[in-house]
Parts: sequence; structure tokens; C-alpha cells
Amino acid sequence: MSYPEKYHYAKSHEWLALDGDTAIIGITDYAQGSLGDIVFVELPKVGAEIAAGATFGSVESVKAVSDLYAPIGGTVTEVNTALNDAPETINAAANDTWIIKLAVKDATLDGLLTAADYEKFVAEETGH
Amino acid sequence: MNETATPPLHPTPEAPLRKTALHATHLGHKARMVDFGGWDMPVQYAGLVAEHMAVRERVGIFDVSHMGDIQLRGPNSLAAVQKLLMNDASKLQVGQAHYSAMLYPNGTFVDDVVLHKLGENDYLIVINAGTREKDVQWVRKTIGGMGGLHITDVSDYYTQIAIQGPKAAATLKKLTKTDLTPIKNYWFTWGEVCGCHNTLIARTGYTGEDGFEIYIPADEATSARVWGEVLAAGAEFGIVPCGLGARNTLRLESAMALYGHEISDTINVFEAGLGRYCKLDKGVDFVGREALAIVQAGGGPARKLVGLEMVDRGIGRDGYPVLTLDGEMIGEVTSGSPAPFLKKNIALAYVPVAYAEIGTEVAVEVRGAGVKAKVVQTPFYKRPKV
Repeated sequence: MSYPEKYHYAKSHEWLALDGDTAIIGITDYAQGSLGDIVFVELPKVGAEIAAGATFGSVESVKAVSDLYAPIGGTVTEVNTALNDAPETINAAANDTWIIKLAVKDATLDGLLTAADYEKFVAEETGH
Repeated sequence: MNETATPPLHPTPEAPLRKTALHATHLGHKARMVDFGGWDMPVQYAGLVAEHMAVRERVGIFDVSHMGDIQLRGPNSLAAVQKLLMNDASKLQVGQAHYSAMLYPNGTFVDDVVLHKLGENDYLIVINAGTREKDVQWVRKTIGGMGGLHITDVSDYYTQIAIQGPKAAATLKKLTKTDLTPIKNYWFTWGEVCGCHNTLIARTGYTGEDGFEIYIPADEATSARVWGEVLAAGAEFGIVPCGLGARNTLRLESAMALYGHEISDTINVFEAGLGRYCKLDKGVDFVGREALAIVQAGGGPARKLVGLEMVDRGIGRDGYPVLTLDGEMIGEVTSGSPAPFLKKNIALAYVPVAYAEIGTEVAVEVRGAGVKAKVVQTPFYKRPKV
């Protein structure tokens, strides 16, 4: 499991990178590992308004469905349509596979964790 | 005692999870463990899809020791089996097994089982893990009063290992002198396997592939040793340990019923499409027969189990509603999942008979939205004839 220091992390297991007023969002290495083989990603429409903490899609493995939560509010500017045909890319490289990009108005990152704190949070959640 | 009450499927949450003799072995393989019917069982090792594909293309090994086993012996054992189970056990020869079920008087399921004829007046019923206590109680209640019958719960006597896949026979062949060739599907024999004498070797399974289930002594040392020897013997064929996740997707592709999903105490035999294993005319008034004869005389069931293939993007899963294309709710998915080998999203579902025709278009409600699906032939997957 690896959690790049340049990202911000949500307790719902998404990572977020800020590039000016664009937020780039994916799921963490821990999330892909606990889901297992990912076979389906449900993406929002470009232009959709998403509030911080709201669900914007889902990721499904053979065994389970997991909702995706926006770590920050914004307007969807891009979705990674390559995931429609190759959702397993997330298993192979969760840190390098973005799912959506948001145009954000207010880039305050309330309640998001640093890589080190997220790693601690995961360790507590899994009990080891 | 209340005649109609059935005990809960799962033990109370406080009850500690039960472990098979291979539990430490699974942890050693870094398996991810889950609570399955009160048992702490491996759901996957390296990965569900890889395990599923290994069984379809090569060979996989499963710990199925959580399954229960009830032995019926004595001069009245055939009469007891005939009263207890819906299939016709008088047709079985020694060394032969068949699929059957225990029913409630209303024709719904106590459990589905595999019945083995071990000898004259000696039968072994293999039952599901989550229903073990309920089943044993049902057996004792239903036939326990018969004379000339000895009922033994032998569930804890065996570690049951399934070796499944096109290379299962080649793997097992390296571990026994017993000739496996003459053992046909759903037949069994006894032989020495990995030095264990009189091991029951059955050509049975729950994957839709060729394969064997072996019943070895349940002590941890023997169980772990045999598990390791099977893995070593299968290494040249690419054997992998497989968890309950792959076991579920394999049985779903093969459209085999799972208790609590396709069959339960609210679903009858004809609805489940298992009429071919139910012998109303076997000459014994087995439990459930009368109710089922009425269903049959009335023109059959009003709903049926069908196979669905998702047409549009979306995965129908257990418990999702089935709708008409106009959005009217008509049924429910009992098991649904991506099918790793077929690479389609498939499901089993109950729908009214008017919607059961192959090719009928319906929708599955996937988190609030109707996703188009169509009724297809089952099994979804059938292994190629060799």
C-alpha cells in the first residue's frame, strides 16, 4: 500500500490532488485492495454539480459495490471514460488513476487527511 | 414446540465463529476471511477473478469442511431417506450419489442436499453449513421416531476438500493409486489418498467443472498435510487455493442453487425449477409431496426462477428488484454478479411465468435506476464436453 504525500485523503478512501482550481479525484490504494477485482465504475455527467461529501458515482468489484464521495464540492469538468473499458486500471495503479476532475470555487480542504494521518486512520480501521 | 417455526439461519452475533481444521492454513495463505453461516471462512486468497479462472481453465482447491454430513444407517434407512428427501433413493446404487432436498410439508425447502449411498442400509447426506443445526433437528424430528434407524451427525468427522477444474483428475491421480477413470460424475469410491486409508473420493462439486471432493480425517495435522500435498501435486497445472467468492461466482455461472438465495422456506421446488429431482410418483409419501402434487395439478407455479443477462451497463445484485420495462415491480434477483469467465453481468431472479420466456426483456433496478436485462437460457456456462 502506498499513499503519495502530495495528495489529500478522505476518510471515505478517496484521494484528492489540487491543481489551481481543479480538484483531481481517485480512490486510494487501500480502497482498491479491499474491494478486490474492480469490474465497473459508474461516472457522473460532465457539468454535474456535486456538493462536498455527496456521492458522485460508484465502484464495483465482483463481490461488492462501493459509493464514491466527493472530498470537496465543485462542477464536474472531466470524467475518466477510459475506466468504462478498463476499470481494472484502478487495481493496477490506484494512485495514478483519476476518476473525475472538478472545478472548485473554494479550495478549503476541511477534514481531509495527510498521507501519514490517512495511513494511521486505515491501520486503526483495519485493526492492524 | 412450535410446528411451523424454523430456527434462524445464522447463530446469534455473540456466538464465536467456527473454524475448520484448515483455518490456520488459510491465514498462512493470507486469505481474507468472512463470516459465512457462522463460520470464519476464506472469501478469497490472491483474488476472486484469478481463482475463478483457475477452476475454469486449470484447477483449484477449496476447503468445504463447513458443509455438514448426516449418516443414516440400519434396516429402515432407505425408508427413512425416501420419506425425508424428494428424489428417489431406491434408484441409487452403492457408490452413487444424487442431488435431492429436504422439504417442509408445504413443499418449500429445509435444505438442498447431496445423498450418497455408501452401502446397503447406509446413506450419507451432505448438507449446507448455515443450516446444519436446523437440518439435524429436522431429520431427527421427521424420521427420528422410525425403528431400525441410526442417525449420526458426522459433520465434524471430516475435512472436506474440493479439487475442481479440468486438471482436477490429473492432480488427484498423483496422490492416489485408486483408478479415477471409472468414477463417473456423481459417483464415488474409497481409496488411499495422501496416505489416508478409506478416503471417500467423490466426483462431485459446486463449480460446473469436472472435479472431486475428498473426505479426510478432521484433525489439523492431517488436514494441513493433505491440503499442502494437493497444492504441490497441482503446482505443475497452476493450481490455486480458492475461496467462497470464487465458489459463488462459479456456481452462479453454472446456475446452481444456493440456500437462502434461489431456495428457501418461502420458495417451492417447482418455482426453483428443480422438479427433475423431485419424484412425486416414487411410491413414498415424502414430506412436501402432497403440497407439490397440488401445485402441479393446478398447472404449475405462478413464478419461476430465470437467468438474466444485463443488456445495458449495470450489475444486478442479490436482492435488487426486477421490473417490467414500464417500471412495474415483478420480482427480485436472488443472486447477481459479474461472471468472470463469461465476462457478462448475470443474475438469477424470480419473475411471474408470463415473463419467464427466453428473450423477454425486463429491467433490474440498480440503485434507483432501471437497467435493461433479458431472460436467457440457464446454465449460463456449460463446460465443454471432452
